[in-house]
Amino acid sequence: MIRTPLRPLARVLEARAKGENPDAIERENLRLRHEEMRDRARSRAEGRLLVLGVLFVCAFAMVGARMGLLAASEPSEPRASAAGAEIEALRADIVDRQGRVLATNLETYSLYAQPPQMIDPEHAATELARIFPDLDRDKLVADFTGSRKFLWIKRRLSPEQRQAVHDIGDPGLLFGPRDMRLYPNGRLAAHVLGGAGFGREGVHAAEVIGVAGVERQFDEQLRDPARAGKPLELSLDLTIQAATEEVLSGGMRLLNAKGAAAVLMDVHTGEVISIASLPDFDPNDRPAPPTQGRPDDSPLFNRVVQGVYELGSTFKIFTVAQALELGMVTPDTIINTKSPMTWGRHRISDFRNYGPELTVSKVIEKSSNVGTARIAIEIGAERQRDFLGQLGLLETTKFEMVEARGGRPLLPPRWSELSTMTISYGHGISATPLHLAAAYATMVNGGTRVEPTLLKQDGPQFGPRVISEKTSEQLRRMLRLTVSQGTASFGDVPGYAVGGKTGSADKPRLDGRGYETDKVLATFAATFPAHDPKYVLIVTLDEAVETSGSEPRRTAGWTAVPVAAEVIRRVAPLLGLRPEIEPAELTGITLTSN
Amino acid sequence: MRSVLFVLTACAVIGLAFWAYRENYRTQQALDVTEQLQREIRDSRARLSVLRAEWAYLNRPERLRDLADLNFDSLGLMPMAPEQFGRIDQVAFPIAEEGLLPITDPIEVSNMETRP
Repeated sequence: MIRTPLRPLARVLEARAKGENPDAIERENLRLRHEEMRDRARSRAEGRLLVLGVLFVCAFAMVGARMGLLAASEPSEPRASAAGAEIEALRADIVDRQGRVLATNLETYSLYAQPPQMIDPEHAATELARIFPDLDRDKLVADFTGSRKFLWIKRRLSPEQRQAVHDIGDPGLLFGPRDMRLYPNGRLAAHVLGGAGFGREGVHAAEVIGVAGVERQFDEQLRDPARAGKPLELSLDLTIQAATEEVLSGGMRLLNAKGAAAVLMDVHTGEVISIASLPDFDPNDRPAPPTQGRPDDSPLFNRVVQGVYELGSTFKIFTVAQALELGMVTPDTIINTKSPMTWGRHRISDFRNYGPELTVSKVIEKSSNVGTARIAIEIGAERQRDFLGQLGLLETTKFEMVEARGGRPLLPPRWSELSTMTISYGHGISATPLHLAAAYATMVNGGTRVEPTLLKQDGPQFGPRVISEKTSEQLRRMLRLTVSQGTASFGDVPGYAVGGKTGSADKPRLDGRGYETDKVLATFAATFPAHDPKYVLIVTLDEAVETSGSEPRRTAGWTAVPVAAEVIRRVAPLLGLRPEIEPAELTGITLTSN
Repeated sequence: MRSVLFVLTACAVIGLAFWAYRENYRTQQALDVTEQLQREIRDSRARLSVLRAEWAYLNRPERLRDLADLNFDSLGLMPMAPEQFGRIDQVAFPIAEEGLLPITDPIEVSNMETRP
C-alpha cells in the first residue's frame, strides 16, 4: 500500500510560490488520512457485529430446532446405554422363603382383528370358530363384515393356537405380545396369591395388575421397574404349605366338613409358614366373585383371614392367663365348677359335669365353661377388654393381604357381665383363626406381642410385653397337660410334645336367633414343642362330624385335633425339628407350709 | 513460510476429517453390536424365565407326589417322618474289611485342587 505523503513537495513548492502556509496542506492531508482510517475501522466493526449477530441467530435457531425435534419425535431408548439389568419392565416374581417360584410371567400373544384389511372374512371366521370352540362363527362374520375397524378376539393364545391362527393366513388377523401371570403350583396357596388380570390394554402391551391377595397388596411394588425384577419373598414354605393342604383336605373329606382352615406361624418372628383355606381355587383361572349365596360358600373366601368365627373354648386360655398375670390365682387354686351356673336368667353349663370343684389347671384341661366364667367375673369386663385388646383380638390384623381388612372381629355392643362370662369361653366374640394364632403365639413365646406377617423376616419381633415369662411358662404346662391327659388327647405326636387347647363352638343360626344344635365349628390351637415353643398351629373345621362311633361326635377333640396332629407329624420334620424326649417335670418336691 | 503453514493446516484438516469419518463409522458399528447383544440378552432372559416357569411347573408338589406314588415300587419314597431323624453316634463304625487290595492306580488330586 502506498501511503499518501503528508507534505507532497509539488504542492508545498506551489504554495510557497503563492505565499501560502504549507502547513495547511499537511493538516488537510492528515485530516483526510484520519477520516479514511475512521471509515475503515467503522466498516470493520460493523462487519464483526454482523458476523456475531449471524452466529447468535444460528445458535438460537439450533436450540429451537432441537427443542422442536425433541418435542415432536417418538421417544426411543438410547442405543448406547449399558443399562438393562437395572430396569426390568416385567412384573416381579413372587417366591417362597427358600426362593421357589410361586408366581412368574410367561410371554404369550393376544389375537386381534382389523376387518378392513381382511381378505376373506367368512373363511377366517369359520376357521377361528374351529380353532376356538367357544367363539361363535356367525357373530364373528357379523363383526368382520360390519363397520368395525378393530376388535379383540382372544386375550391369551397358546403357541399351538397361535400357529393355527397364523396358518389361516389372513392379513387382517394380527398378534400382539402379552405377558401372562403364571402360578406354576396351581391351587397351592391360592388364597395368598390371589390372582392377576389385565389393566389397560394396548396392541403392543398390556398392564398386568393384581386382583386379590398379595398380588393386589403389593401391586405397586411388583410393578415398580426400579426394583429391577427383584422377587417378592414371602414367609411361606412351599413344601410345608403343600403338606398342610394335603392333610387338611384329607381330614376335611374324612370328616365331611364344609370347609377347613389351617395356619402355621412362627411364635418368635410372626412369620406365617403355611396358611390354607379349603375349598380353594386355581389362581390361573380365578373364578368370578359370587353374586348370590353366602360369601363363605365361595371358594374365593379365605377362612383364615376373612372368616370371623366364635372360636369357643380356645379363648379360655386368655382368661386364665389374665388371672395368673394379675396374681388372682395360681395353677393350683380351687375353682367352684358346679354346673349349671345361673346368672340372672341365663344358665351356663359344661359339656359334661366335672364335679363341684377343679383346680385352674384342670379347668383348662377339662375345658370347663363354668370355671372360666367364674374367673372372668373376678377379672371384670373392663380389664378383660383391655387384655384382649393388648392381644390384638379387638381390631383387624396388620397381615399383608387386602382380605385381612375384611377380618374385623365382632364384639358385643355392650360389654356386660354376661358378655364377660361368655367371652371368657369364646362365645359372644368373633375373630379370625389368624387372630387366634397371633394371640396364642403371644401366650407361649414368653409373653410378647407378635404381629402375623407374610413377608420373610430376619429376626424375632420384640413386641410389647403382655404377660410375664412365668405366666407364659405356666400356660405352656397347662396346654401340654390338655393334650397329654385332657380334651385333646388325640393330639399327641411322639417326640414333639404338642400342647394345645380345643374349641368346639356351636354355630350361630343364620336367622340370628340362638345357635344351631348340630353344627359345630371345631378348632384346635396347638403349639409345639410345648417346653420350648417354636410354632403355633391353628386348625379349624367347619361342620365336621366324626361318625365311627355309635353316635356322631362333633367336638374338636374328635375332629380338629386328629387332623392337627397329622399336620404336625408331617410338617415338624420338614421344619427341621428333631423329635426330642420331653424334659420331665420335677416331681416329688411339693412346697408345703408347716 | 506462510505457504508451508497453509499446506500443513490443510493437511491437518484433511487428516482430522478422515479420522472423524472413521470414528463415526466405528461408533455406528459398536452401537450395532451393542444392540445385537442387548437383543440377545433380552431373548436369553425371556428364555430363562420360560425355563424357570417350566422348572417350577414340573416341580410342583402335586406332580412330584403323583410321581412318587407311581414309582413307589422302584423308589419307595414316603413323606418325611419323625422316625427318620437319626444321631451321628447311632451310626455304627464300618467293619474294617480284611484283605483290601493295595492301590495300584492312584490318582493325583493335588493338581486338581488348584483348578477353579
